[in-house]
Amino acid sequence: MKRFVRLFTEIDNTTRTNAKVDAMVDYFKEADPADAAWAVHFLSGDRPKRLIAVRKLVDWATAETGVPPWLFEECYDAVGDLAETIALLLPQTPAASDTPLHVWIEKRLLPLAKQSEDQQRAAMLQAWRELDGMERFVWNKLITGAFRIGVSQQLVMRALAKALDVEEGIIAHRLSGSWQPTAAAFRALSAPDSSDADISRPYPFFLAYALEEELDSLGDAAAWSAEWKWDGIRAQVLRRDGATYIWSRGEELVTERFPEVAGAADFLPDGTVLDGELMPWRDGRPLPFSQLQRRIGRKSLGATLLADVPVVLIAYDLLEADGRDVRNETFAWRRKRLAELLGQARSAALMLSPALDIRSWDDVRAAYLRARDMGAEGLMLKRHDSSYGVGRRKGEWWKWKLQPFSVDAVMLYAQPGHGRRASLHTDYTFGVWDNGTLVPFAKAYTGLTDTEIRELDAWIRRNTMEKFGPVRHVRPEHVFELGFEGIQGSARHKSGVAVRFPRILRWRTDKKPEEADTIEALRALMEPA
Amino acid sequence: MTLLQLNEHGLYCRTGDFYIDPWGAVDRAIITHAHGDHARWGSRSYAGARDGERVLRTRLGATADITSLSWGETIIMNGVRVSLHPAGHILGSAQIRVEYRGEVWVVSGDYKTEIDPTCAPFEPLRCNVFITESTFGLPIYRWKSRQALFQEIIDWWRANRDAGRASVLFAYALGKAQRILAGLITADVGPIYTHGAVERLTRDYRDAGIALPPTTHATTMPRGHNFAGALILAPPSAGGTTWLRRFGEQSHAFASGWMQIRGTRRSRALDRGFALSDHADWPSLLETVRETGAEQVWVTHGYREQLVRFLEGNGISAQAVASRWEGELEGDVAIADEELAA
Repeated sequence: MKRFVRLFTEIDNTTRTNAKVDAMVDYFKEADPADAAWAVHFLSGDRPKRLIAVRKLVDWATAETGVPPWLFEECYDAVGDLAETIALLLPQTPAASDTPLHVWIEKRLLPLAKQSEDQQRAAMLQAWRELDGMERFVWNKLITGAFRIGVSQQLVMRALAKALDVEEGIIAHRLSGSWQPTAAAFRALSAPDSSDADISRPYPFFLAYALEEELDSLGDAAAWSAEWKWDGIRAQVLRRDGATYIWSRGEELVTERFPEVAGAADFLPDGTVLDGELMPWRDGRPLPFSQLQRRIGRKSLGATLLADVPVVLIAYDLLEADGRDVRNETFAWRRKRLAELLGQARSAALMLSPALDIRSWDDVRAAYLRARDMGAEGLMLKRHDSSYGVGRRKGEWWKWKLQPFSVDAVMLYAQPGHGRRASLHTDYTFGVWDNGTLVPFAKAYTGLTDTEIRELDAWIRRNTMEKFGPVRHVRPEHVFELGFEGIQGSARHKSGVAVRFPRILRWRTDKKPEEADTIEALRALMEPA
Repeated sequence: MTLLQLNEHGLYCRTGDFYIDPWGAVDRAIITHAHGDHARWGSRSYAGARDGERVLRTRLGATADITSLSWGETIIMNGVRVSLHPAGHILGSAQIRVEYRGEVWVVSGDYKTEIDPTCAPFEPLRCNVFITESTFGLPIYRWKSRQALFQEIIDWWRANRDAGRASVLFAYALGKAQRILAGLITADVGPIYTHGAVERLTRDYRDAGIALPPTTHATTMPRGHNFAGALILAPPSAGGTTWLRRFGEQSHAFASGWMQIRGTRRSRALDRGFALSDHADWPSLLETVRETGAEQVWVTHGYREQLVRFLEGNGISAQAVASRWEGELEGDVAIADEELAA
């Protein structure tokens, strides 16, 4: 346990991603595989089902610390984290034992699930008495929930790849599915034989260049196929040897995050690989990308979320059929075969990307203008005779994207988010220039990384000019690129415009506030009424 | 009418006609210590501890009328006997003992009971009414031993030095910075550079005879100087400013009692937090209240409602009294950096 707690402390003691990875690399090299397996499990964000109700933990801790219940609550309020509150309040004892992590988990933690309340209570008190300050905190975290120390599954895999000297893709594959945190499973991560990885390996994605020239320069329109370009997650769905794998373009195995697509793919014949777009889709229409984000990065998918944000694969290419690599067949051939396969699979979660009826470049231009209404982000143009290439190649595939609405704006106000841990400023109001003054025009919440949010929060606290309740008026210093879906005139807004679904695209640390956009620039984007 | 009472200027003794740590300009002010939330500028005359004369003058200006008193020296104002006794918070920090017709009141100011080589040690005083601070008046605040904390600071610096980084340690410029310096005097840590605010007050400490390791004002170094491996002491307000750029690759840490809570450190994007405080922690607050033998406890500054409720629950008569210049708690610690020398 002590070695794991040291790892936890090292990760927690730095804001640098590389330092976090280095700490994990050292740990994975040194630790007993039986312990390392559990470390992989927990650092990847997995955790046991809630074993003990929070209320009970509070009661037992209150009794053990001798602090009156109302004072315990005050402490919890000040700390904001139950595991930490308990660790800070328990009487200090010199920790004697150094029981290995896997023993703590397998012999002490997991059995809690089947114990009576009295047994659970005795077990928790015993654990608290055996552990010291930081160990207690980590133990309490294991009992109460996720670590939140700025480590993702991705980083864990990167560290494993470095520590074990195995390709990251192979690690990703070996960790996928029903990986169990055992010593044997951890040792298997570094097995030299990598044939298992081949079965799940996707093809390199073929990418299109952005269209720069006039359509007419592409020659005869009849040689081209046109489809909507969707703003989802590019993915390959593989069905091989009775197993299904979904790979995102980021080379991440995401099979478990899209159970509806994976379930549908189980009905594809072995030796099939589809290329397409994972899209949030309901009532025959795409949902905004922000909805899809709710499904990403979440390990457990609740029934509500699955119902709220159903995901489909809009398939637009076929890379493998009957176990054969068909990337050198023509696009026309691949699409025809793709349509047949999907017809046989007959699942709403596997949709064929509709081919647009185009006979001339004017038809293409007309379709382009309808893209926004379709919820698409533009058009894809592919030559009927094109093969599925490698990497990015000019000439056979083009993407023609809508100009997204975006604007550089200055942060004017900030206020804390919600929930128990409302200690960070996460809701921001932005303004653009109007005759030398900044007028607020949009509020946005998402789009920044945790590190950026913390950094910004620290800055906000130091640069508050005025406070109105929870709202802080901050120095107009930071510029952000905001994206939005639409813009209309509005009498209700001070700025005279209202934007739809504003979100932060990035923090423009390279821009000064005077370089932000003006209200005129915003008005110029306005849709004709 | 009580011997001390709160009015619109702060804590007032009517019989003796003086204020203790008044919130604004008054005729006669007795000052517990030189932090900005206790020593306000503009009063006609001040009295404070001799040990803290230099730092108090730095705070109040060269022309301020300051009377310095030795520890335990009594002055009598209209029959009210006033004396100053060490509070152990920073150099020259005093508890103020007020006695009239056999009734004794003690105003703690800010205090800690731990040993600190930069100031006289806290001295418990018997009294009828004790007015205590409660900055860290929750049981989650129990300080680690200072040996352990200094070892953490030294280990952090050494790891940074070995990695070729500068170690920027944020600490309040008056008191905390010098306590850290004193704690490092035998530790072979350095070179040590300072921010201007820290350097000026460090000079005051040296002038008052406190032994501190050598420091260099960072701004006096030539442009392009390599600070890798150095320790830099800066006030928290220097965080996020361009002043830090000169230090190249650097790690940031903050020495403050608020660092006891992980979320406070994380929300400031610090690498490390050292819960090294110049205030009494929960056990010392309770212990001190007990030692005074006071029948009445007034609680000010910080978690006063909580401490009052706890004392009342343990049979000690207590009440909360307002303090004007307290900083916001926890999350807002950054705002109050200069005022709240925690």
